[in-house]
Amino acid sequence: MYIIIVGGGKVGYYLAKILLNEQHEILVIEKDKRKGEAISVELGGAVQRGDGTDSLSMEEAGMSRADLVVAVTGDDEDNLMICQMAKKKFGVKRTIARINNPKNEHIFKLLGIDNTVSVTDLILAQIEREIPAQSLVHLLTLREAGVSFVEAKVPDDSPAIGKPLRDLRIPDDCVIPLVIRNGKGIVPHGETVLAPGDEVVAVTTTNHDDVLERIFCGG
Amino acid sequence: MNVVILGCGRLGAHLARRLDREGHAVTIVDRSSDSFARLGGDFRGTMILGTGIDEDILRRAGIESADAFVAVTNGDNTNAMAAEIAKLVFKVPRVVARLYDPVREDTFHALGLMETVCPTVMGSDKIHDIVMDKNNSKAQ
Repeated sequence: MYIIIVGGGKVGYYLAKILLNEQHEILVIEKDKRKGEAISVELGGAVQRGDGTDSLSMEEAGMSRADLVVAVTGDDEDNLMICQMAKKKFGVKRTIARINNPKNEHIFKLLGIDNTVSVTDLILAQIEREIPAQSLVHLLTLREAGVSFVEAKVPDDSPAIGKPLRDLRIPDDCVIPLVIRNGKGIVPHGETVLAPGDEVVAVTTTNHDDVLERIFCGG
Repeated sequence: MNVVILGCGRLGAHLARRLDREGHAVTIVDRSSDSFARLGGDFRGTMILGTGIDEDILRRAGIESADAFVAVTNGDNTNAMAAEIAKLVFKVPRVVARLYDPVREDTFHALGLMETVCPTVMGSDKIHDIVMDKNNSKAQ
Protein backbone atom coordinates (compact mmCIF):
# COMPACT_ATOMS: atom_id res chain seq x y z
CA MET A 1 0.00 0.00 0.00
CA TYR A 2 1.11 3.55 -0.63
CA ILE A 3 0.54 5.50 2.57
CA ILE A 4 1.14 9.24 2.94
CA ILE A 5 1.60 10.50 6.47
CA VAL A 6 1.30 14.25 6.95
CA GLY A 7 3.08 15.50 10.06
CA GLY A 8 6.51 14.26 11.07
CA GLY A 9 6.16 14.68 14.82
CA LYS A 10 6.42 11.75 17.18
CA VAL A 11 3.16 10.15 16.06
CA GLY A 12 3.98 10.50 12.37
CA TYR A 13 7.54 9.30 12.80
CA TYR A 14 6.79 6.14 14.76
CA LEU A 15 3.84 5.36 12.54
CA ALA A 16 6.07 5.64 9.46
CA LYS A 17 8.74 3.48 11.01
CA ILE A 18 6.34 0.67 11.84
CA LEU A 19 4.56 0.80 8.49
CA LEU A 20 7.88 0.78 6.61
CA ASN A 21 8.79 -2.39 8.46
CA GLU A 22 5.51 -3.88 7.30
CA GLN A 23 6.71 -3.34 3.71
CA HIS A 24 4.38 -0.49 2.84
CA GLU A 25 5.46 2.35 0.64
CA ILE A 26 5.58 5.36 2.94
CA LEU A 27 6.01 9.08 2.48
CA VAL A 28 6.06 11.53 5.36
CA ILE A 29 5.36 15.20 4.62
CA GLU A 30 6.86 17.54 7.20
CA LYS A 31 6.89 21.34 7.22
CA ASP A 32 9.82 21.93 9.53
CA LYS A 33 13.22 21.64 7.85
CA ARG A 34 15.18 20.38 10.84
CA LYS A 35 12.51 17.92 11.90
CA GLY A 36 12.27 16.69 8.32
CA GLU A 37 16.02 16.17 8.00
CA ALA A 38 16.27 14.38 11.32
CA ILE A 39 13.60 11.81 10.53
CA SER A 40 14.69 11.51 6.89
CA VAL A 41 17.93 9.84 7.97
CA GLU A 42 16.03 7.42 10.16
CA LEU A 43 13.40 6.64 7.57
CA GLY A 44 15.79 6.17 4.67
CA GLY A 45 14.72 9.30 2.81
CA ALA A 46 11.00 8.68 2.75
CA VAL A 47 10.37 12.29 3.70
CA GLN A 48 9.17 15.24 1.68
CA ARG A 49 9.64 18.67 3.10
CA GLY A 50 6.71 20.99 2.59
CA ASP A 51 3.32 22.13 3.79
CA GLY A 52 1.19 19.01 3.65
CA THR A 53 -1.96 21.10 3.36
CA ASP A 54 -0.68 22.83 0.24
CA SER A 55 -2.01 21.49 -3.03
CA LEU A 56 1.41 21.61 -4.71
CA SER A 57 2.98 19.50 -1.95
CA MET A 58 0.11 17.08 -2.24
CA GLU A 59 0.60 16.76 -5.98
CA GLU A 60 4.35 16.35 -5.60
CA ALA A 61 3.72 13.57 -3.09
CA GLY A 62 1.63 11.72 -5.67
CA MET A 63 -1.43 11.92 -3.50
CA SER A 64 -3.79 10.77 -6.23
CA ARG A 65 -2.23 7.31 -6.18
CA ALA A 66 -2.18 7.03 -2.37
CA ASP A 67 -4.19 4.18 -0.86
CA LEU A 68 -4.35 5.90 2.49
CA VAL A 69 -3.64 9.39 3.82
CA VAL A 70 -3.01 9.84 7.53
CA ALA A 71 -3.11 13.39 8.92
CA VAL A 72 -1.37 13.58 12.28
CA THR A 73 -0.25 17.19 12.66
CA GLY A 74 -0.90 18.98 15.93
CA ASP A 75 -3.52 21.26 14.36
CA ASP A 76 -7.06 20.04 13.79
CA GLU A 77 -7.75 22.57 11.03
CA ASP A 78 -4.72 21.28 9.12
CA ASN A 79 -5.72 17.65 9.58
CA LEU A 80 -9.24 18.43 8.41
CA MET A 81 -7.95 20.27 5.34
CA ILE A 82 -5.55 17.44 4.46
CA CYS A 83 -8.30 14.82 4.60
CA GLN A 84 -10.84 16.92 2.72
CA MET A 85 -8.36 17.80 -0.03
CA ALA A 86 -7.19 14.20 -0.24
CA LYS A 87 -10.77 12.98 -0.66
CA LYS A 88 -12.30 15.74 -2.79
CA LYS A 89 -9.37 16.85 -4.89
CA PHE A 90 -7.21 13.75 -5.16
CA GLY A 91 -9.84 11.03 -4.89
CA VAL A 92 -8.13 9.21 -2.01
CA LYS A 93 -10.54 6.56 -0.72
CA ARG A 94 -9.31 6.25 2.83
CA THR A 95 -8.15 8.96 5.21
CA ILE A 96 -7.47 8.99 8.93
CA ALA A 97 -7.30 12.20 10.94
CA ARG A 98 -5.86 12.83 14.36
CA ILE A 99 -8.04 15.08 16.47
CA ASN A 100 -6.59 17.14 19.28
CA ASN A 101 -9.70 18.92 20.52
CA PRO A 102 -12.38 16.27 21.24
CA LYS A 103 -15.08 18.85 20.48
CA ASN A 104 -14.00 18.69 16.84
CA GLU A 105 -14.85 15.03 16.41
CA HIS A 106 -18.48 15.59 15.46
CA ILE A 107 -17.46 18.44 13.15
CA PHE A 108 -15.10 16.11 11.30
CA LYS A 109 -17.91 13.61 11.06
CA LEU A 110 -20.31 16.24 9.70
CA LEU A 111 -17.68 17.08 7.10
CA GLY A 112 -17.36 13.50 5.96
CA ILE A 113 -14.14 12.57 7.77
CA ASP A 114 -15.34 9.48 9.61
CA ASN A 115 -12.07 7.94 10.51
CA THR A 116 -10.68 9.94 13.39
CA VAL A 117 -8.48 9.26 16.37
CA SER A 118 -8.82 11.55 19.34
CA VAL A 119 -5.90 11.09 21.71
CA THR A 120 -7.59 13.18 24.37
CA ASP A 121 -10.66 10.92 24.21
CA LEU A 122 -8.54 7.79 24.38
CA ILE A 123 -6.83 8.98 27.55
CA LEU A 124 -10.17 10.07 28.96
CA ALA A 125 -11.64 6.61 28.31
CA GLN A 126 -8.64 5.08 30.07
CA ILE A 127 -9.17 7.34 33.06
CA GLU A 128 -12.86 6.37 33.17
CA ARG A 129 -11.82 2.74 33.20
CA GLU A 130 -9.41 3.29 36.07
CA ILE A 131 -11.73 5.31 38.25
CA PRO A 132 -14.18 3.03 40.06
CA ALA A 133 -16.69 5.85 40.61
CA GLN A 134 -17.70 5.53 36.97
CA SER A 135 -20.25 2.75 36.77
CA LEU A 136 -20.59 2.69 32.98
CA VAL A 137 -17.52 2.74 30.76
CA HIS A 138 -17.27 2.95 26.99
CA LEU A 139 -14.80 0.32 25.87
CA LEU A 140 -14.93 0.71 22.11
CA THR A 141 -17.03 2.42 19.47
CA LEU A 142 -17.22 1.32 15.86
CA ARG A 143 -18.36 4.67 14.61
CA GLU A 144 -19.20 3.76 11.04
CA ALA A 145 -21.24 0.76 12.08
CA GLY A 146 -22.81 2.65 14.99
CA VAL A 147 -21.89 -0.09 17.44
CA SER A 148 -20.77 0.57 21.04
CA PHE A 149 -19.19 -1.76 23.55
CA VAL A 150 -19.90 -0.62 27.09
CA GLU A 151 -19.02 -2.14 30.40
CA ALA A 152 -20.98 -1.87 33.66
CA LYS A 153 -19.65 -2.83 37.06
CA VAL A 154 -22.35 -4.39 39.22
CA PRO A 155 -22.33 -2.75 42.67
CA ASP A 156 -23.30 -4.56 45.89
CA ASP A 157 -26.70 -2.89 45.95
CA SER A 158 -27.50 -3.44 42.28
CA PRO A 159 -31.13 -4.29 41.49
CA ALA A 160 -29.82 -6.84 38.95
CA ILE A 161 -28.31 -9.15 41.57
CA GLY A 162 -30.03 -12.48 42.07
CA LYS A 163 -32.12 -12.22 38.87
CA PRO A 164 -31.51 -14.15 35.67
CA LEU A 165 -30.40 -11.95 32.75
CA ARG A 166 -33.57 -12.70 30.78
CA ASP A 167 -35.66 -10.92 33.43
CA LEU A 168 -33.66 -7.70 33.34
CA ARG A 169 -35.55 -6.01 30.48
CA ILE A 170 -32.44 -5.39 28.44
CA PRO A 171 -33.30 -3.32 25.32
CA ASP A 172 -33.86 -5.27 22.08
CA ASP A 173 -30.90 -3.78 20.21
CA CYS A 174 -28.51 -4.65 23.00
CA VAL A 175 -26.83 -7.96 23.81
CA ILE A 176 -24.67 -9.13 26.70
CA PRO A 177 -21.93 -11.32 25.20
CA LEU A 178 -19.63 -11.35 28.21
CA VAL A 179 -19.59 -11.20 32.00
CA ILE A 180 -16.29 -10.94 33.85
CA ARG A 181 -16.46 -12.55 37.29
CA ASN A 182 -13.39 -12.62 39.57
CA GLY A 183 -11.19 -11.74 36.59
CA LYS A 184 -12.53 -14.57 34.43
CA GLY A 185 -14.74 -14.28 31.39
CA ILE A 186 -18.11 -16.04 31.26
CA VAL A 187 -20.32 -16.22 28.18
CA PRO A 188 -23.71 -15.64 29.76
CA HIS A 189 -27.11 -16.95 28.74
CA GLY A 190 -30.64 -16.08 29.76
CA GLU A 191 -30.38 -18.02 33.00
CA THR A 192 -27.09 -16.46 34.14
CA VAL A 193 -27.54 -14.72 37.49
CA LEU A 194 -25.35 -11.69 38.24
CA ALA A 195 -23.31 -11.35 41.41
CA PRO A 196 -21.90 -8.24 43.10
CA GLY A 197 -18.62 -7.15 41.50
CA ASP A 198 -19.42 -8.67 38.10
CA GLU A 199 -18.39 -6.66 35.07
CA VAL A 200 -21.01 -6.85 32.36
CA VAL A 201 -20.07 -6.08 28.75
CA ALA A 202 -22.91 -4.92 26.53
CA VAL A 203 -22.92 -4.39 22.77
CA THR A 204 -25.48 -1.87 21.53
CA THR A 205 -26.45 -0.21 18.28
CA THR A 206 -28.06 2.78 19.96
CA ASN A 207 -27.03 4.69 23.01
CA HIS A 208 -28.65 3.01 26.01
CA ASP A 209 -26.32 4.38 28.68
CA ASP A 210 -29.16 5.52 30.93
CA VAL A 211 -31.13 2.28 30.64
CA LEU A 212 -28.10 0.05 31.15
CA GLU A 213 -26.93 2.07 34.10
CA ARG A 214 -30.37 1.75 35.70
CA ILE A 215 -30.57 -2.00 35.08
CA PHE A 216 -27.11 -2.97 36.28
CA CYS A 217 -26.14 -0.26 38.72
CA GLY A 218 -29.47 1.01 40.00
CA GLY A 219 -29.89 4.76 40.58
CA MET B 1 -27.39 42.71 9.39
CA ASN B 2 -25.54 40.68 12.02
CA VAL B 3 -22.07 39.87 10.75
CA VAL B 4 -19.39 37.80 12.49
CA ILE B 5 -15.86 38.30 11.16
CA LEU B 6 -13.06 35.92 12.04
CA GLY B 7 -9.58 37.45 11.82
CA CYS B 8 -8.77 41.07 12.61
CA GLY B 9 -5.92 41.53 10.15
CA ARG B 10 -5.88 44.19 7.47
CA LEU B 11 -8.80 42.76 5.54
CA GLY B 12 -10.86 41.77 8.57
CA ALA B 13 -10.41 45.14 10.29
CA HIS B 14 -11.07 47.10 7.11
CA LEU B 15 -14.26 45.17 6.43
CA ALA B 16 -15.38 45.43 10.06
CA ARG B 17 -14.98 49.21 10.05
CA ARG B 18 -16.84 49.54 6.79
CA LEU B 19 -19.78 47.38 7.90
CA ASP B 20 -19.85 49.22 11.21
CA ARG B 21 -19.99 52.59 9.43
CA GLU B 22 -22.83 51.28 7.29
CA GLY B 23 -24.79 50.56 10.46
CA HIS B 24 -24.49 46.77 10.68
CA ALA B 25 -23.95 44.86 13.93
CA VAL B 26 -20.38 43.54 13.69
CA THR B 27 -18.62 41.06 15.94
CA ILE B 28 -14.95 40.42 15.24
CA VAL B 29 -12.95 37.49 16.60
CA ASP B 30 -9.16 37.27 16.81
CA ARG B 31 -6.57 35.27 18.73
CA SER B 32 -4.54 38.34 19.61
CA SER B 33 -5.91 41.37 21.43
CA ASP B 34 -3.26 43.55 19.77
CA SER B 35 -4.96 43.14 16.41
CA PHE B 36 -8.05 44.95 17.64
CA ALA B 37 -6.02 48.19 17.57
CA ARG B 38 -6.53 48.11 13.78
CA LEU B 39 -10.23 48.84 14.33
CA GLY B 40 -9.57 52.36 15.57
CA GLY B 41 -11.21 54.19 18.47
CA ASP B 42 -14.61 54.75 16.86
CA PHE B 43 -15.47 51.08 16.19
CA ARG B 44 -18.81 50.28 17.83
CA GLY B 45 -18.84 46.53 17.23
CA THR B 46 -17.99 43.69 19.61
CA MET B 47 -14.51 42.21 19.93
CA ILE B 48 -14.06 38.60 21.04
CA LEU B 49 -10.70 37.11 21.93
CA GLY B 50 -10.20 33.48 20.93
CA THR B 51 -9.70 30.95 18.16
CA GLY B 52 -12.37 30.72 15.49
CA ILE B 53 -12.44 26.98 15.14
CA ASP B 54 -13.89 26.59 18.62
CA GLU B 55 -17.68 26.29 18.67
CA ASP B 56 -17.92 27.91 22.10
CA ILE B 57 -16.02 30.99 20.97
CA LEU B 58 -18.19 31.26 17.88
CA ARG B 59 -21.28 30.94 20.03
CA ARG B 60 -20.01 33.71 22.27
CA ALA B 61 -19.54 35.81 19.15
CA GLY B 62 -23.26 35.39 18.46
CA ILE B 63 -22.93 33.15 15.44
CA GLU B 64 -26.30 31.55 16.19
CA SER B 65 -28.08 34.75 15.20
CA ALA B 66 -25.62 35.85 12.50
CA ASP B 67 -26.79 36.61 8.97
CA ALA B 68 -23.29 36.30 7.61
CA PHE B 69 -19.95 34.81 8.64
CA VAL B 70 -16.65 35.90 7.14
CA ALA B 71 -13.41 33.93 7.73
CA VAL B 72 -10.35 36.03 6.91
CA THR B 73 -7.53 34.90 9.19
CA ASN B 74 -4.13 34.46 7.58
CA GLY B 75 -4.55 30.67 7.60
CA ASP B 76 -6.46 28.98 4.78
CA ASN B 77 -7.13 25.89 6.83
CA THR B 78 -8.52 27.83 9.75
CA ASN B 79 -10.74 29.82 7.40
CA ALA B 80 -12.04 26.72 5.64
CA MET B 81 -12.75 24.87 8.86
CA ALA B 82 -14.38 27.85 10.56
CA ALA B 83 -16.55 28.46 7.50
CA GLU B 84 -17.61 24.82 7.43
CA ILE B 85 -18.55 24.97 11.11
CA ALA B 86 -20.52 28.17 10.48
CA LYS B 87 -22.42 26.56 7.63
CA LEU B 88 -22.95 23.02 8.90
CA VAL B 89 -23.24 23.45 12.64
CA PHE B 90 -24.75 26.92 12.92
CA LYS B 91 -26.51 27.12 9.54
CA VAL B 92 -25.42 30.70 8.92
CA PRO B 93 -27.13 31.79 5.68
CA ARG B 94 -24.16 33.50 4.07
CA VAL B 95 -20.61 32.24 4.62
CA VAL B 96 -17.43 33.54 2.98
CA ALA B 97 -13.87 32.26 3.38
CA ARG B 98 -10.65 33.75 2.11
CA LEU B 99 -8.31 31.09 0.72
CA TYR B 100 -4.88 32.04 -0.60
CA ASP B 101 -4.21 28.73 -2.35
CA PRO B 102 -6.06 28.75 -5.71
CA VAL B 103 -6.36 24.96 -5.87
CA ARG B 104 -7.80 24.85 -2.38
CA GLU B 105 -10.19 27.63 -3.32
CA ASP B 106 -11.28 25.68 -6.35
CA THR B 107 -11.92 22.55 -4.29
CA PHE B 108 -13.88 24.31 -1.58
CA HIS B 109 -15.83 26.39 -4.04
CA ALA B 110 -16.84 23.18 -5.78
CA LEU B 111 -18.10 21.74 -2.47
CA GLY B 112 -20.74 24.45 -2.62
CA LEU B 113 -20.81 25.06 1.13
CA MET B 114 -19.42 28.55 1.12
CA GLU B 115 -18.48 31.49 -1.03
CA THR B 116 -14.73 31.67 -1.50
CA VAL B 117 -12.43 34.57 -2.26
CA CYS B 118 -8.91 33.93 -3.51
CA PRO B 119 -6.77 37.07 -3.33
CA THR B 120 -3.98 35.29 -5.22
CA VAL B 121 -6.11 34.82 -8.32
CA MET B 122 -7.85 38.20 -8.01
CA GLY B 123 -4.56 40.05 -7.52
CA SER B 124 -2.85 38.21 -10.31
CA ASP B 125 -5.76 38.80 -12.72
CA LYS B 126 -5.80 42.48 -11.88
CA ILE B 127 -2.05 42.87 -12.26
CA HIS B 128 -2.14 40.86 -15.45
CA ASP B 129 -4.73 43.25 -16.88
CA ILE B 130 -2.69 46.29 -15.91
CA VAL B 131 0.50 44.84 -17.35
CA MET B 132 -1.21 43.81 -20.58
CA ASP B 133 -2.91 47.19 -21.03
CA LYS B 134 0.46 48.86 -20.64
CA ASN B 135 1.98 46.57 -23.22
CA ASN B 136 -0.91 47.20 -25.58
CA SER B 137 -0.70 50.98 -25.32
CA LYS B 138 3.06 50.87 -25.87
CA ALA B 139 2.65 48.65 -28.88
CA GLN B 140 0.06 50.92 -30.42
